[in-house]
Amino acid sequence: MNLYEFQGKELFRKFGIPVPEGYVIKAPEEIRDDIFPAALKAQVLVGGRGKAGGIKFANNKEEAVNYARDLLSQTIKGSKVKYVLVERKINIEKELYLSITIDRGKRRPLVMASTEGGVEIESVEESKIHMKWIDPVHGYSAYIAKIISKKLNLSGDLGKQFSDLLSRMSKLFEEYDAELVEINPLVITKEGKLVAADSKVIVDTDSLFRHKDVPINLDDLTELERIAKESDYSFVELDGDVGVIANGAGLTMATLDSLLLHGLRPRNFLDLGGTDSVDIVKNAFPLILKANPKIIFVNIFGGVTKCDTVANGIVIAKKEFGIGQPIVVRLNGVHEEEGRQILKENGIDAYSNMPDAVKKVAEIYAMITKGVN
Amino acid sequence: MVYINKNTKVIVQGITGHQGSFHSNEMIKFGTKVVAGVSPGKAGTTVNGVPVFDSVEETLNFEPEATMISVPAPYVKDAFYEALDHGIKVIYILTEHVPVHDSMAMVNEARLKNAIVIGPNGPGITVVHEKTKIGIMPNHIFRKGNVAVISRSGTLTYEIVKSITDYGMGESTVIGLGGDAIVGLSFIDVLKELKKERQTRAVVLIGEIGGTAEEDAAEYIRTEFNKPVVAYIAGRSAPPGKRMGHAGAIITRGKGTAESKIKALNSAGVDVADYPQDIPLLLEKKFKK
Repeated sequence: MNLYEFQGKELFRKFGIPVPEGYVIKAPEEIRDDIFPAALKAQVLVGGRGKAGGIKFANNKEEAVNYARDLLSQTIKGSKVKYVLVERKINIEKELYLSITIDRGKRRPLVMASTEGGVEIESVEESKIHMKWIDPVHGYSAYIAKIISKKLNLSGDLGKQFSDLLSRMSKLFEEYDAELVEINPLVITKEGKLVAADSKVIVDTDSLFRHKDVPINLDDLTELERIAKESDYSFVELDGDVGVIANGAGLTMATLDSLLLHGLRPRNFLDLGGTDSVDIVKNAFPLILKANPKIIFVNIFGGVTKCDTVANGIVIAKKEFGIGQPIVVRLNGVHEEEGRQILKENGIDAYSNMPDAVKKVAEIYAMITKGVN
Repeated sequence: MVYINKNTKVIVQGITGHQGSFHSNEMIKFGTKVVAGVSPGKAGTTVNGVPVFDSVEETLNFEPEATMISVPAPYVKDAFYEALDHGIKVIYILTEHVPVHDSMAMVNEARLKNAIVIGPNGPGITVVHEKTKIGIMPNHIFRKGNVAVISRSGTLTYEIVKSITDYGMGESTVIGLGGDAIVGLSFIDVLKELKKERQTRAVVLIGEIGGTAEEDAAEYIRTEFNKPVVAYIAGRSAPPGKRMGHAGAIITRGKGTAESKIKALNSAGVDVADYPQDIPLLLEKKFKK
């Protein structure tokens, strides 16, 4: 679960990590008389907001109201701006980078820091990124801050502030099941204080049962992905035009990839999971149809999910939803012959071998698109 | 053999649940020695002829060596510690959606105690020539042979195993590492076991986008592994930043692309198949050499 900057900063406040004074608004009228000069920051879950014009500086209320109106009418990289964070402008001396994330290979949290703050960390050369790993059994220890602060040239009072901040950040990371806590930039102010000027917090969605206070943000999903989530399908919207239904995450990915081998582009990822219900198969179709694909490819390996169940689901869906697009089905595994028989009786192409089925999809696709042109 | 053999005594934590009861029965049919089940409040009952107890402690008379955990995600960590603290050394976790911080704690604790964690969120392990399996792989797809399969996926593994079997070859050990970002075993861990195992003559590695486990494996294969390896990588068409079904299948910050994995494997002499069904052809080519 991605948190908005203002939600991340609420967590920062809760854990005592210093952030600029500020408040969040949903309408321009909510701008207050205090806190000027101020930064107005559009709240979106996608990166690259600054370059897209999502940050403005206002010297007085009138300017702030105008900027707020402007920002709240913007759409940044497909995300409508619903909130603006208004913050007292800070006097920046230097910008640093600091984050805690999970190192999958080492199976432990990783602290990353750099003197090159305020830019995307991917663009910073490796020699300028300092890394230390947190022991997953005994947890964070203060020596990590000692080592990193030296690399960042933070000594004296700034060193102490850094040590305190990193220890609080690691508590937040652990207590909130975070996948990422990132402060970029971590600002050294002209007054000699460390302040988190931005926040990026991702909480593990699978841990939300124990974090009832974490808000559910679905703004980084497309409308179709939101509908799919409500009906419990594992679904990702893509930008091609071949609809895909398959079972198992790996096989579904392999199905999308097989289309690519023929120069076709998938419209979606849809994994039926381990089901043996005709209804779950059937109800996947309205979702796919909303994406308006030119052709639909169903690729099933039957195990717990039996091929005849899938075939029945497809036949019912075709009748009930009046599907006009061609459907190509590949069934292999448990009850595959029964399944293919059911489909053939209903005039639907069915294959046993995946490469043969993909070839057929490509043939039909070429025919329809030729017809259109 | 790898991790388990025909004599390994297995308990099932969560045996009275839908998955636990169905798959314990399938395991017994395959040949696995399922000696007891655990399900709090259900002591004294039986499932598929297997006696059920309230706790792992009560099953210790059966001398269990391995467990299958099939309990809801919020309870997995407790079930895991219960098994580990009672000396069980092979712990397979079927459950999906286990919090990643729980997985981090579990796999690191297991390493300290020389226990093996298989999963979470994978299909388990099947040792074909020992007629034993812990997990949920379909019984009918296997044939005894000398190809080992290591995978991050479920259905895709069955698909490839069946294509190997249908082609006339057979399998030695098939293991699913799990689809999460943090899992107990890496490709390298299993390759190290397969290196010294006599049954296995070739290895199929089934990877997918996310993380760098395949790149790490490629480096190990290049420098230290002595048996032929072929591979399939899922997710060539996946856009960055989107989770493709598995929690671990995500390209973050430019890391974990299929392209990078295929390149690393190719440079280690590993042929990577375009279609999953091409795996048997690549194996045949390796065997002929």
